[in-house]
Amino acid sequence: MSDQSIKQASSRIPCPTFETTAFTTPKPLADAKVAIVTSASLHHADDDDFGVVDAGYRVLHRDRRDIVVGHWSPNFDASGVSADLNVVFPIDRLEEMATDGAIGSVSDVHLAFAGNQFDLAAIRMDGGPAGAKYLAEQGVDVVLLTPV
Amino acid sequence: MATVAIGSIRAQIYGTAPPRGLFCDFPLGRPLGVPGDAAFQRRVMEAAFGLLGRSEPVVEDYEITIDDADTEVLMCPLPARMDPDAHPAIDEAQGLRPAYDRAVAKYGNRAGAVRLLDADAIPDAIQSFIRVAEGQPWKQAGIPGVPARVSQDIRGYYEMAAMEIADHTPAAWAGYRWFRDQTKTGEVIGKARDAMRESGAKEPLWRFLLPSDS
Repeated sequence: MSDQSIKQASSRIPCPTFETTAFTTPKPLADAKVAIVTSASLHHADDDDFGVVDAGYRVLHRDRRDIVVGHWSPNFDASGVSADLNVVFPIDRLEEMATDGAIGSVSDVHLAFAGNQFDLAAIRMDGGPAGAKYLAEQGVDVVLLTPV
Repeated sequence: MATVAIGSIRAQIYGTAPPRGLFCDFPLGRPLGVPGDAAFQRRVMEAAFGLLGRSEPVVEDYEITIDDADTEVLMCPLPARMDPDAHPAIDEAQGLRPAYDRAVAKYGNRAGAVRLLDADAIPDAIQSFIRVAEGQPWKQAGIPGVPARVSQDIRGYYEMAAMEIADHTPAAWAGYRWFRDQTKTGEVIGKARDAMRESGAKEPLWRFLLPSDS
């Protein structure tokens, strides 16, 4: 098993190209409400599992750690997140940064998408914007994206 | 909202040109780098959040690389045979159950037998793949769900048990390599995948029984 060989194979998957890059200047981090958005297909144990093809998102609550890795791909190491949720979803690190004053606050809700996407149009035009709208409604200023 | 993205694959994080991106060359599945190392994770986050101060789009490499060099071998002894009448893979899985239960009690259950199956269902699930490996058509073998999902839970069960027996978090992929190369059930899943491929099953059904370069 080679991590690098899987990365090389994944590198050959075409990426969409964009003529412009969306860019927003946030308020100072020490005043910002921060959320995590992960593509690790995480969900709470009592929430719906991700489907094989699933462009939607699941809401992860700040105060809950009953989280399942619902990713359909076998092409990543799952032992790390089994041992420590924060290696994928660094919610405890975020709490510490809030306590230290490095960030303003931790959002009460965070989002997970499925990293194994086959139809990028669906997530670009539907699930992605819906998730962004939801976080904006929660007053989130800054999002940290973590991949799997 | 402003975003900052951590990326695990260089071509993707640079290619998609996010507003702010930090390429962290860490093993896939460990985007914050090191499980159990809060200080390391914090430094990665500080580097990512540091990009928020930039006045134009930026993607940078994180200063530290963690390379899975395919070298660490997980030293994890397997249980002795308990039931000589059982298939070795079934007997092996049942022998690992106490370690699996201890691991779940210690770490929680995020990626063990949790997506489709619970631990009680693992032996029967393995039995279904034994049938496939021995030549039974996969649709008639009693696989209790989408084959790849069932295989994920079996692999997760084994990797959780191994983590408890070895008493540490293994290097990335070391637990999987142990499952694939050292266990009877890993051998069964590999043979089942070969049998499905040779029988003409659709590729997505057999390919994802194990990681792609296995």
